[in-house]
Amino acid sequence: MRKYSVFAIAREAMRGHKGWDQQWTSPEPRKDYDVIIIGAGGHGLATAYYLAKEHGITNIAVLEKGWLGGGNTGRNTTIIRSNYLYDESAGLYNHALNLWDGLSQDLNYNVMYSPRGVMMLAHNVHDVQVLKRHVHANRLNGVPNDWLTPEEAKEFCPPLDISKRARYPIVGAALQRKGGTARHDAVAWGYARAASARGVDIIQNCEVTAVRRSSNGHVIGVDTSKGFIGAKKIGVVAAGHTSVLMEMAGVRMPLESYPLQALVSEPVKPCFPCVVMSNTVHAYISQSDKGELVIGAGTDQYISYSQTGGLHIINHTLDAICEMFPMFARMKMLRSWGGIVDVTPDRSPILAKTPVPGLYVNCGWGTGGFKATPGSGHVFAHTIANDNPHPINAPFTLERFRTGRLIDEAAAAAVAH
Amino acid sequence: MATTTTKRFAATHRVAGKGRLAGSAALGFTFDGQTYAGVQGDTLASALLANGVHLVGRSFKYHRPRGFLSAGPEEPNALVGIHRDAARKTPNVRATVQELYDGLTAVSQNRWPSLAYDVGAVNNIGSPMFSAGFYYKTFMWPKDAWAKIYEPRIREAAGLGVAPERPDPDTYAQRFAHCDVLIVGAGPSGLAAALAAAESGQRVILCDEQPDVGGALRYESGASIEGQDGWTWAQAAAASLLARDNVRVLTRTTAFGYYAQNMVGLVERVTEHLAHPDLTTPRERLWQVRAKKVILAAGAIERHMVFADNDRPGIMLVSAARTYLNHYGVAVGRNVGVFTANDSAYPAAIDLKKAGVNIAAIVDIRDNPSSALVEEARSLGIEINAGRTVTGTDGRLRVSSMTVQAKSGGPARKVPIDALLMSSGWTPSVHLFSQSRGKVAFDEPTLRFLPGIYAQDCISVGACNGADSLDATVDEGFAAGEKAVRATISAKPKVDKGETWGGGMLGASPGSGPEQIVKAFVDFQNDVTAKDIRQAVREGMRSIEHVKRFTTNGMATDQGKTSNLHGLAIAAEVLDKPIPAVGLTTFRAPYTPVTFGSIVNHAKGELFDPTRRTPMHGWEEQQGAVFEDVGQWKRAWYYPRKGEDMHAAVNRECKTVRTSAGIFDASTLGKIEIVGPDAAKFMELLYTNPWAKLEAGRCRYGIMLREDGFIYDDGVVGRLSDHRFHVTTTTGGAPRVMHHMEDYLQTEFPHLDVWLTSITEQWAVIAVQGPKSRDILQSLVDNIDISDAAMPHMSVREGTICGGVPTRLFRMSFTGERGFEVNVPADYGRAVWEAIWEEGKKHDVCAYGTEAMHVLRAEKGYIIVGQDTDGTVTPGDAGLDWAIGKKKSDFVGIRGLTRPDLVAPGRRQLVGLRTKDPKTVLEEGAQIVDDPKQPIPMKMIGFVTSSYWSENCGRSIAMGLVEGGFGRMGETLHVPMPDGVIEVEVCKPLFFDEKGERLNG
Ligand SMILES: Cc1cc2nc3c(=O)[nH]c(=O)nc-3n(C[C@H](O)[C@H](O)[C@H](O)COP(=O)(O)OP(=O)(O)OC[C@H]3O[C@@H](n4cnc5c(N)ncnc54)[C@H](O)[C@@H]3O)c2cc1C
Repeated sequence: MRKYSVFAIAREAMRGHKGWDQQWTSPEPRKDYDVIIIGAGGHGLATAYYLAKEHGITNIAVLEKGWLGGGNTGRNTTIIRSNYLYDESAGLYNHALNLWDGLSQDLNYNVMYSPRGVMMLAHNVHDVQVLKRHVHANRLNGVPNDWLTPEEAKEFCPPLDISKRARYPIVGAALQRKGGTARHDAVAWGYARAASARGVDIIQNCEVTAVRRSSNGHVIGVDTSKGFIGAKKIGVVAAGHTSVLMEMAGVRMPLESYPLQALVSEPVKPCFPCVVMSNTVHAYISQSDKGELVIGAGTDQYISYSQTGGLHIINHTLDAICEMFPMFARMKMLRSWGGIVDVTPDRSPILAKTPVPGLYVNCGWGTGGFKATPGSGHVFAHTIANDNPHPINAPFTLERFRTGRLIDEAAAAAVAH
Repeated sequence: MATTTTKRFAATHRVAGKGRLAGSAALGFTFDGQTYAGVQGDTLASALLANGVHLVGRSFKYHRPRGFLSAGPEEPNALVGIHRDAARKTPNVRATVQELYDGLTAVSQNRWPSLAYDVGAVNNIGSPMFSAGFYYKTFMWPKDAWAKIYEPRIREAAGLGVAPERPDPDTYAQRFAHCDVLIVGAGPSGLAAALAAAESGQRVILCDEQPDVGGALRYESGASIEGQDGWTWAQAAAASLLARDNVRVLTRTTAFGYYAQNMVGLVERVTEHLAHPDLTTPRERLWQVRAKKVILAAGAIERHMVFADNDRPGIMLVSAARTYLNHYGVAVGRNVGVFTANDSAYPAAIDLKKAGVNIAAIVDIRDNPSSALVEEARSLGIEINAGRTVTGTDGRLRVSSMTVQAKSGGPARKVPIDALLMSSGWTPSVHLFSQSRGKVAFDEPTLRFLPGIYAQDCISVGACNGADSLDATVDEGFAAGEKAVRATISAKPKVDKGETWGGGMLGASPGSGPEQIVKAFVDFQNDVTAKDIRQAVREGMRSIEHVKRFTTNGMATDQGKTSNLHGLAIAAEVLDKPIPAVGLTTFRAPYTPVTFGSIVNHAKGELFDPTRRTPMHGWEEQQGAVFEDVGQWKRAWYYPRKGEDMHAAVNRECKTVRTSAGIFDASTLGKIEIVGPDAAKFMELLYTNPWAKLEAGRCRYGIMLREDGFIYDDGVVGRLSDHRFHVTTTTGGAPRVMHHMEDYLQTEFPHLDVWLTSITEQWAVIAVQGPKSRDILQSLVDNIDISDAAMPHMSVREGTICGGVPTRLFRMSFTGERGFEVNVPADYGRAVWEAIWEEGKKHDVCAYGTEAMHVLRAEKGYIIVGQDTDGTVTPGDAGLDWAIGKKKSDFVGIRGLTRPDLVAPGRRQLVGLRTKDPKTVLEEGAQIVDDPKQPIPMKMIGFVTSSYWSENCGRSIAMGLVEGGFGRMGETLHVPMPDGVIEVEVCKPLFFDEKGERLNG
């Protein structure tokens, strides 16, 4: 892998940028692999990268039915934070946060991790109770998360209206200063490039249609739109389509898939410094480096695999945004889109072995898995390589829904993004 | 503001006798502080061009000077800020769409200090460094520099206009509409479709984004329909449609999104073109139209030629120059060059020539262009350079020459020009079709994506469907209109004469191919060149989606209307693959950007989210209550008297309730009536408790679980008769419980004969709690015996109160005192409340708010679902095992409850907590540990759910969920706070009247 740097750019500038290497190759699949990862989203690519980098397994294929990074990885609003309530979650998301810091250097790809601060607003007594519970738990877990008065919140984020005018006035806020955003495409591409450089085959336009098992039940490979490909181990990392794939291996998943929408405004000069989320008003917003306001909407009420959600959802979201920031009413929606998110009953992911030998699953990230990408890939690689979970993901089993050992971030009433 | 002192048609580039605005009123406007004159009917673009102004903006990345590319919504360059006043500032408005009004104030964007001298233009010099995706490859060193140094600068440089800083004072409206046929686009095909469909008498809506109907007839000077020139026919057609009451014609209305089930979102700009909009008129109106059939007549969009330096001000689309001339009477130059790959450029050259503009040369990349139009141009003496190409242009703030060369190279010639018109052909506008989830198909011979497989009940007609003559367009439109209403209509408009618009090319033009290092722009706004696209492919981007994201081609505010196909063709060329094999990027709503305000419309201020107030709200206000938001409700929080702060008020209220009595507005509690022969069976299934044997007239505290065994809601339920239950829920839980019940009734228990009715708002609820409660009510109830013997704790009676007001009177308590909850029809709520208040005054009652209610119930250890439980708590964890019917074999959650982890030891259980220092009040949400000295991360064994100062107990009280809490009575635990550790002792969650005698006391 030829290193990226400002000098490399200068060199290429002299010759019309004709000398760059392919960031990743597009090989035809080989007959078999040690590990097949299904799904070239951020999580799948990161898994392949860490398998190669930290576990010496390089005979890997990542199979992608469309184009790499085209799933939720390329559709999300890129909020990164780790101020989750439960110890298990704090462990997992903070592991990811630590990896974000330094990821650009590790991958030699600028993923533009930007710790601009993620602020969650409290509008009533119940919000205060919930957010304070997070702040206190985070503090004892070593996860920085500060409680702010409305005045402090406004100082950090001047567009906030802390007057009593609002339908739901702001009564306080929790701020994770290390939270922020990153560039989603760069995350997928950076991992793809680094994995490809270590010998991983990324095979796009290759849809998995069946999971094959031997007579003793162990996986032996997959049928794809490019034919059968053998594998000793298979990791399913297919977000909204995980239940479809797991069904192919005979495993019924505790997942529901919903369309989740987002939108951006036209670009404008910097006017919004951080990420603001409000669970009560149902709004979250940040501004991209390009200048677009990035706004997350909700899920449709009904499960579906349709990537186009209804206008009423967008409508509801913009109501909330303009209620909180009435000066944005003349901003224009430039693009809206949806992604299919896989939601577990406790809103926490599943990163685990499965009842099928050789089959591993990484899913259930729902509306909030982008932030976990490096951590998730890292511990999932460990799980596949050792046929045993890393201590950090050990609690995120599939069995917990049977035993009831939930990690219920939703019940804790936190926002899930 | 500008005044209209300038004379009519003073503008230098207005051509006498051309256009349709002759005789219109003169208007004044300013651009970047300079005053100009225009006329009624102008767009900001046409008015600026009439004044010879081409330089109007700067590009996103290189800050290159830019002019007008188009005369319509596809415009990538001419974005300006429009300022009406300090609060009314809209960034990124297309000057080509903004209609001129007197006094309009426009400012250019993304430049400093001025449009002509922009410091940011140094980016252009450094542009070899800023190739596609360069930022992914650098700015990584040192590690923190990205966020601290590079990113802030990049952010400053990026962005176009400036976001408004003040709240938007304007109003917006919305309409829902249904129709038989919705026609999008009022060009010739849309009009023909509307004429046919309208004849049937069915409901027709026709919309167009322009201020007038007519579409391409706006500039097509060669069209004649029904013996009239095309434009005149169109206006007459619109007039005849408007005269019908089954037709609605919406101009200035953009169809921006095509959603499921033939729902199309339109936005109508109502006052955007007015100098002095009436403040009571909505600025924009959102239409959500549900149509039986949709006819898409959206036309086609002209593409530019991709060649070196094709972005200088003065270089524009052929159709734009023609529109400015034929509609607005404006010549875009005096010495105009033309560069084309199809016939469309010729009529423009001819029109301009006839209007007295010199055509310096037509450069046509085709070797042997031959048609009547070519001949006509030639006969007018226009120089035609066939088989040649333009390899570059000069001019800093305005194009000054073009360089012409044979396609195969050779000697080059500089031709001086002051404007350059270009056309590489027409792209059918399949955006809405594609949004409808229809699949486009590539038509190889014509190099176009056309509607292929339809997903909804719609049809595309005219240029957006690939028709490339006026005849075919009108035919298709009319036939579709007939078909939509299933009728044969005779009055099909007859096209006497029309133009055609086929042919053209995709991708970089000869001379700007891969071998050249030139800036041949594909996407103007985002500064994406052909070179960038080739580089992306070389770097391994094989999917067009990757190319798009890596280069940002097509991601600007024009959404790639002119650039997408060029980009695709260039990528396909490098990949050496057919165009369809590279794919087409998805068309995402909206078609053109839509203001947030128009989507939000009424839903702001008071109408953002309904504020629910109880019938007693006014009284509470008069008493000086402070309110808190609980869900959508405003609830009286506490009632401070003069000089009292919250603490003092709550203490007094709590004391009063336990010494005499208090009255409390409990109207917000959710209430559901469950009626029917199977009502008890239904209750048995939805709640953990047994109900079958509960006698009519008795109440029971019920717990409802989710399937997973965790507490979902709770409340007291009264059985009014064998077949009728009055259920109460938590305030916040009311809607969700209702849905939960309906869900189960409809999906799991459809065999049960039960009806559910939400009655939350039908009944006002007045809680009267305290030792004196019965004394107070005694004299008010008409016909209910409320003695202990006749009406013990947890019973319910129906009767009347206050001389005939129907009531459901509950004897129940959420304070631990003798208590009643008086339910009366909401309309009587305040009157009965006041009557009780008057009576109560004799007994020194107070009104108490939610805070006192919370304290009083905590003194008794009564839980609040959602505060003392969080969705991970079983009845057992909450100490409510007794509420589970031991003999029951089924209820929602019964299986969940038996899961291994729900019966395992060490679960968090709800206990009381006493701080060692009785004066210390814990913070709700604070975490509990065993050993406060352990290092971080600490092992947390629980947290504080409820915590208050209890005046009645003379100390603080708290409850919390603690691991194995029931087995820890008397243990000391620790609550580490930022400023020190608080010691607490675990106790039973019961702090007052342990024996519970006061319920009857
Ligand atoms: C609108 C929206 C906003 C969001 N906002 C945030 C946010 O702000 N912060 C945050 O942390 N998270 C957010 N998320 C969630 C986040 O995007 C996801 O949790 C995360 O990106 C999931 O990554 P992934 O790699 O698991 O999935 P994906 O990126 O979806 O990758 C899965 C891949 O599997 C492929 N695949 C599926 N089936 C097959 C098959 N049969 N064969 C081969 N390949 C297959 C898919 O094509 C896809 O590329 C948001 C999601 C959406 C939709």
